Amino acid sequence: MTEAHVPASAQQTLLVLPAFNEQGSVGDVLREIAEVLPGLRCLVVNDGSTDSTRQRAIEAGATVLDLPFNLGVGGAMRAGFKYAVANGYQNVVQIDADGQHDPRNVLALVARLDAADIVIGARFAGAGEYGARGPRLWAMVVLAKVISRISRVPLTDVTSGFKANGPRAVRLFAEHFPAEYLGDTLEALVIAAGAKLRITQVPVAMRVRQAGNPSQHPFKAAVYLARACIALVFALMRPHVKVPPEEAQ
Amino acid sequence: MSTATYILGIVSALIALFTVVELLRRRRLRERHAVWWFVAALLALLLGVFPRMLTTLADLLGVEVPTNLVFFVSIVILFLVSLQHSSELTGLEDKTRVLAEESALQKVRLERLEGLQNRPSSDFRPEP
Repeated sequence: MTEAHVPASAQQTLLVLPAFNEQGSVGDVLREIAEVLPGLRCLVVNDGSTDSTRQRAIEAGATVLDLPFNLGVGGAMRAGFKYAVANGYQNVVQIDADGQHDPRNVLALVARLDAADIVIGARFAGAGEYGARGPRLWAMVVLAKVISRISRVPLTDVTSGFKANGPRAVRLFAEHFPAEYLGDTLEALVIAAGAKLRITQVPVAMRVRQAGNPSQHPFKAAVYLARACIALVFALMRPHVKVPPEEAQ
Repeated sequence: MSTATYILGIVSALIALFTVVELLRRRRLRERHAVWWFVAALLALLLGVFPRMLTTLADLLGVEVPTNLVFFVSIVILFLVSLQHSSELTGLEDKTRVLAEESALQKVRLERLEGLQNRPSSDFRPEP
């Protein structure tokens, strides 16, 4: 009945929300998802939170995967991918628990999974306005150029945390999702490109986070660019991995 | 070199060697971690007993002050030990990560069995 809103192809999709001390926003985000995407399951990966993130998520009807300590976004996401594989979900959509991603875009991302393995919800592709300026903006442009080159697809936003992953990407990332700094964005895309996955993007509008702000300080932005470049160089130097076969066990 | 320094060199080397062997014997140190310490202690004993070897080696390698050769070799060994530790630490972190994931997945299963978390209707495959 309520599930009629969500097309059949999206029913086997799991929304994964990595959450570290997000008690202020996780409940509202989950309730909004339930409202606009009835019938889709949500998994909150509680990344060692010390507040009541877990309680808020359970109250809002999500399944909570409780990591015993903080592993970072990459660590939380690999746990989420493992959960998806173990429970037979086809697709995984990564969405932030701080409310900056609009769940109304999830279906647009999932719809593109028929022709791609990874669909990025991109912030600089036309829809909405996103306030990155100066060094941070240059960093994002440079990184996007490099990733576009290796994935052979023009991409404008490679550090987005809003991504839909198809079955092949889910199997790959359940084994090889990096936990390093920026691993969940840059290196994950490098790994996917190395495994010959098809990557594409869909423009989405970002909303203001319910808590916290991205760093806009020029010095911090420069440090960010440097760290991102180092992370990228090492990601490019690593040997390629293959998508594990279905039903590996 | 006085007799006192000669004895000091040998005694220090023996203490180092004894410590490494004793830790190995009590299983407080695994062989693969002990290799470099063992090599270092043996080298120290060898040079302690035959100090001439050091001067000969230094001459051969063109090192003007023989003690500099000792410092150089010591730093190389410490560098290798430290690098090995970093690498092992990375391995351990990877294993910890897998254990954390496993424990989280088991916890959800347990909580569902105990009725603490609802089992979603749209898990498409029976859980193992």
